[in-house]
Amino acid sequence: MAFRIEIGLKRGVKDARGRTAVDKARRYFGLPLKSCRTRDVYKVDVPLSSGEIRKVLKAFTDPVIARSAQGRLHAPAFEWMVEVGFKPGVTDNVGSTARAVVQDLVHRPLPVGQTVYTSIQYFFRGGNLTREDVLRLSRDLLANSLIHTIRVFTPDEWRSSPVDESVPAILEKADIRVGTYDLTGPDSELMRISSEGILSLSLEEMRAIREYFASEAVRRKRVSLGLPEQPTDVELECIAQTWSEHCKHKIFAARVHYVDESGYEEWIDSLFKTYIRGATEKIGEEIDWLVSVFSDNAGIIRFNDRYDISYKVETHNSPSALDPYGGAITGIVGVNRDPMGTGMGCEMVCNVWGYCLGSPFYEGDLPEGLMHPRRIRDGVHQGVIDGGNQSGVPWMRGFERFDERYIGKPLVYCGTVGRIPRQLQGRPSGRKEILPGDAIVMCGGRIGKDGIHGATFSSEELRKESPAQAVQIGDPVTQRKMYEFLIEARDRGLYRAITDNGAGGLSSSVGELGRLSGGAELDLAKAPLKYEGLQPWEILLSEAQERMSLAVPPDKLEELLALAARREVEATALGSFTDSGAFTVRYGSAVVAHIDLNFLHEGVPRMQLEARWQPPRVAPPQKPRTGLRNRKLASLLGGLNVCSREFKSRQYDGEVKGLSVVKPFVGIHGDVPSDATVMRVEHGCNAGIILAEGINPFFSDLDTYHMMAAVIDESVRRVISAGGKLGKIAGLDNFCWPDPVFSEKTPDGHYKMAQLVRANKALYDVATAYRLPPISGKDSMKNDSVRGNRKISIPPTVLFSVVGILDDVRRAVTMHFKEPGDLIYVVGVTKEELGGSEYHRMLAREQGTPGSCGGQVPKLDIQTALAIYRAMGEASENGILCSSHTPTLGGLAAALAMAAIGGDLGAEIDLSALNCEGTLDDDAKLFSESNSRFVITCPPERESDLESVLRDVPFSRVGTVLREKNLSIRRAGGNKVVDVNIETLRRSFKGTLYGI
Amino acid sequence: MASDIPVLIITGYGLNCEDESRYAWQLAGADPRLVHFNDLLENPALLHDFAALMFIGGFSYGDHMTSGHVFALRARNRMSRDLESFIGQGKLILGICNGFQIMVKLGLLPGLDGEYFTQKLSIMQNDCGSFQNRWVPLRFEAGSPCVFTKGLQPFPLSVRHGEGKVFTLDGKLLDRLESCGCIPCRYADPVTNQPTQIFPHNPNGSLKAIAGLCDPTGRIFGMMPHPEAYLYPESHPQWEIQKRNGALPEQGLGLSLFRNAVDHLKRS
Repeated sequence: MAFRIEIGLKRGVKDARGRTAVDKARRYFGLPLKSCRTRDVYKVDVPLSSGEIRKVLKAFTDPVIARSAQGRLHAPAFEWMVEVGFKPGVTDNVGSTARAVVQDLVHRPLPVGQTVYTSIQYFFRGGNLTREDVLRLSRDLLANSLIHTIRVFTPDEWRSSPVDESVPAILEKADIRVGTYDLTGPDSELMRISSEGILSLSLEEMRAIREYFASEAVRRKRVSLGLPEQPTDVELECIAQTWSEHCKHKIFAARVHYVDESGYEEWIDSLFKTYIRGATEKIGEEIDWLVSVFSDNAGIIRFNDRYDISYKVETHNSPSALDPYGGAITGIVGVNRDPMGTGMGCEMVCNVWGYCLGSPFYEGDLPEGLMHPRRIRDGVHQGVIDGGNQSGVPWMRGFERFDERYIGKPLVYCGTVGRIPRQLQGRPSGRKEILPGDAIVMCGGRIGKDGIHGATFSSEELRKESPAQAVQIGDPVTQRKMYEFLIEARDRGLYRAITDNGAGGLSSSVGELGRLSGGAELDLAKAPLKYEGLQPWEILLSEAQERMSLAVPPDKLEELLALAARREVEATALGSFTDSGAFTVRYGSAVVAHIDLNFLHEGVPRMQLEARWQPPRVAPPQKPRTGLRNRKLASLLGGLNVCSREFKSRQYDGEVKGLSVVKPFVGIHGDVPSDATVMRVEHGCNAGIILAEGINPFFSDLDTYHMMAAVIDESVRRVISAGGKLGKIAGLDNFCWPDPVFSEKTPDGHYKMAQLVRANKALYDVATAYRLPPISGKDSMKNDSVRGNRKISIPPTVLFSVVGILDDVRRAVTMHFKEPGDLIYVVGVTKEELGGSEYHRMLAREQGTPGSCGGQVPKLDIQTALAIYRAMGEASENGILCSSHTPTLGGLAAALAMAAIGGDLGAEIDLSALNCEGTLDDDAKLFSESNSRFVITCPPERESDLESVLRDVPFSRVGTVLREKNLSIRRAGGNKVVDVNIETLRRSFKGTLYGI
Repeated sequence: MASDIPVLIITGYGLNCEDESRYAWQLAGADPRLVHFNDLLENPALLHDFAALMFIGGFSYGDHMTSGHVFALRARNRMSRDLESFIGQGKLILGICNGFQIMVKLGLLPGLDGEYFTQKLSIMQNDCGSFQNRWVPLRFEAGSPCVFTKGLQPFPLSVRHGEGKVFTLDGKLLDRLESCGCIPCRYADPVTNQPTQIFPHNPNGSLKAIAGLCDPTGRIFGMMPHPEAYLYPESHPQWEIQKRNGALPEQGLGLSLFRNAVDHLKRS
């Protein structure tokens, strides 16, 4: 029987958590609450003596600011009380820590099942709320009914209810049962099995599985192992997970028939092999700093004599749609495990994040079951904030993009840079090898039902009945403990190989590692469980977090397990790697799965897909009358996709490790985003890395070829702007697409597939020309939501992230103006390229036809860009530049404004000198989003040095930095098109999302 | 070059500033050693091999049940005797951020009347309700006995915490802290250099703008801001401007606290 503890702040102590709840209730729902006090509730489900209970009570309470009581603490005055707890099986991180405290106090290890559960009480006053109001507040602000229980009380109800000491324990104790699937039935039966089991297997795939199990050799083997003729649930689940789109990237591996608008057609044998790996292989012939690409959890490149660098960016979209906080925290701590599981295990250096979301101010109808974008945004940010901060990894890049089409499925990108000594135990650290006989060791967290079917589920569109158990909640502290243990074990040479348990759990990690030795044999009965009642297939597939799998040489096993015990990290030997050619799974003495490794990994039938390109017709907005653009510029800076994200970003730790040089926010007041960030990688060394990214889903509506070219160019020119150089930059591609497979529910599949083909073609063309090798990537191909008969598909979105090597971080350049009198130049050519631009989209919205944002999409001139980047590299190397900022959304006008806001200075600009292609009107000069341009400044005395460096590339000197905080821009002829105070621009830039 | 000033840095359980803290002590001329909390609890006498002890920043136990609380419980139960004799020998203790929170919850600070293991103050959630990562101007009080902040001129440091508000309901205690010189470091207005209660320069609403506290001996000190995150001139957010104006220091100014400590230990 559990006992209950309530802890509340003393009178006179400010309750910041309560106040935040009041603020949000007022702002989001217009509920005129007066106050809210909160309490922490612990239900301790451990048999204790009354003396021990007193000790626990004392230990749990801060004597200076809090009071506590067993049972109930005298309640503050309230009109409504809400108590939010967890549903059974949901990760309760605070509860686990409280359990550790109890264990310490009683000096005895607690058995599984004796634990502590937490909940939070909110006591509300004011606002004359109805029960409906309170329920809404609870569901939409305080809790997520998918993972939380909500109880609402009036004072009378609270007084008359018994003290609640019930706990959300999982009590079901199902018998262990291994089922079989009969695949001998008709096709319709095969599809029923796939769909009801959330296996996401196609008919062709189901038939391939049927065929495999029908073969004579397989049947004979199964008889000898005591397995049934038809596949067990363990086997079918394992195959479905391995073959999922998430894990096998079937669309990128498909044979594609592509036809363009002119009738030209071709067959492409895998987009991935042809364009992405194709580009890296071609570039790899000319450079010597690629260490490991596309073969491991993250790509690895050379950094210096001592270290290599790894980088991986992941998406965690579907789980974040269901539980934004849990999905996102899992996203960040999950991607942390990618470098941890790369090579012999990397150390974490920094994190990046980025979100594509619906507008937080969205007022339209939401299909049933979808959360409001504001709520998704709050939860996602908080998840990545907590995950990153608690892991001690600084953030270096972050972005947000907003579009209504992300309402159905938010995109949540999380990435991690790692570093690894080049040599470990005297051998290259990028290695991955396993010998038969090595032990399979799982370490970190325990296994529960968390995230079962995550891999197959993310390969489907979101439906109303999408499984709640697909949600995991990350636990950064457990992971941090494991991480420190693993680095210690790595440096002592206690394991031979390592990989993470992410999507697909043990099935994926051991199934993959097994390929290195030629087989694996696993005993699921040995796996440590959070609670009883898990079936073997659930243990194999569970995506419970914070787990890594190791291959440990038999003679090191004892030492490794002893070290784990000293560090309070759970590590368990689950079997051994073999060279049997099969993945064999036991539960105790019984074999429950035996699958030929070759079939498991190579047996999935290849898809054949049709792609037909037809350029879309998108009307441009009406041109506004010529005149002053002060207001247009101000509202452009305040637009959701341009405006300051500082409020949320300040809640992420960007300084831990003490290595940052150019921070995510720069400027005199630290309030404008940097083009790229720069950091050292090891203490005492002046070499460092530059991180940047490009993303522009808006160009996808016009042509994904030019979208892709533009985002790669954006990422590269950001690096160049901060002082980097071509030839020392590596890239990561993250494709997020709406389902591009033609079907009844996707009648426009051929077009979406053609969009994918075109983006890949551009990736190859630009990457090879820039010698920018893609080293790792990820695709998420089912970003559609079907709810309430409404299908919402995201726009094709590519995030291209880059990491550049900088020999000396002290040469880094930031984007803001530095001193009055500095000369301002624009490098590059401005063209009539407003299609899909921030300006056209703003006009289209203002005109009530948001879709009419067409025009010429920016096109990349590769040769000119290459010459410009070489010249810019020379300018920063010679220390000529005081500032450099590359125009992106909002074009030149936004870039000038941001450089001025950042420097808290003004500028006088004359556009008549601007280097343009053809004759452009004012708006095109100001707002066109042409690629490969920079706004740079230099001190007057370096004028000739700069112009000499730039002699072979298009540039124009356009003005001067002023002390007076005013931005004036003149057109040819002398009239001003912009003449506005910097404070006005700053207010607009910073106001939109301030406090939100 | 081996130094004769061994410094113990405790790691583990979510503490995470070990790299930069170690480097700071190295630059200052000490010989820092990282020791896992469990290894220390197993053998608390290990403490006595060291001249100084540092509780680093991070998220011990995830800040669950409030920051530093659980770590402090464990330390109090299992190593207070050794800590007490360590203090008695005139050695130094430094705590940064989570380390400061641990020291306050443990009672090491403010350590009035030689009472080092009873919690007198608390460090609670920022008034703004959220974690804050920003550089804030600091002032150092000349009258304080604090060994670490001796002679320092104002400079900014990064803060990054969700619970940094030094708080008590006991106003007299605060006055006493002030009169004993136990408040060596405060959040300050960047223009007037006066202590401030105004966000964001005071990022958490800390009473009396307290950014750091020492005990009356000045040898035990903790602060929320991170001197170990300002070891390079380029850590400062305005380093490019400083460089242009010829005002770029040769090393990060955060280092001066560690140098002060090492100087003190060399003298004593």
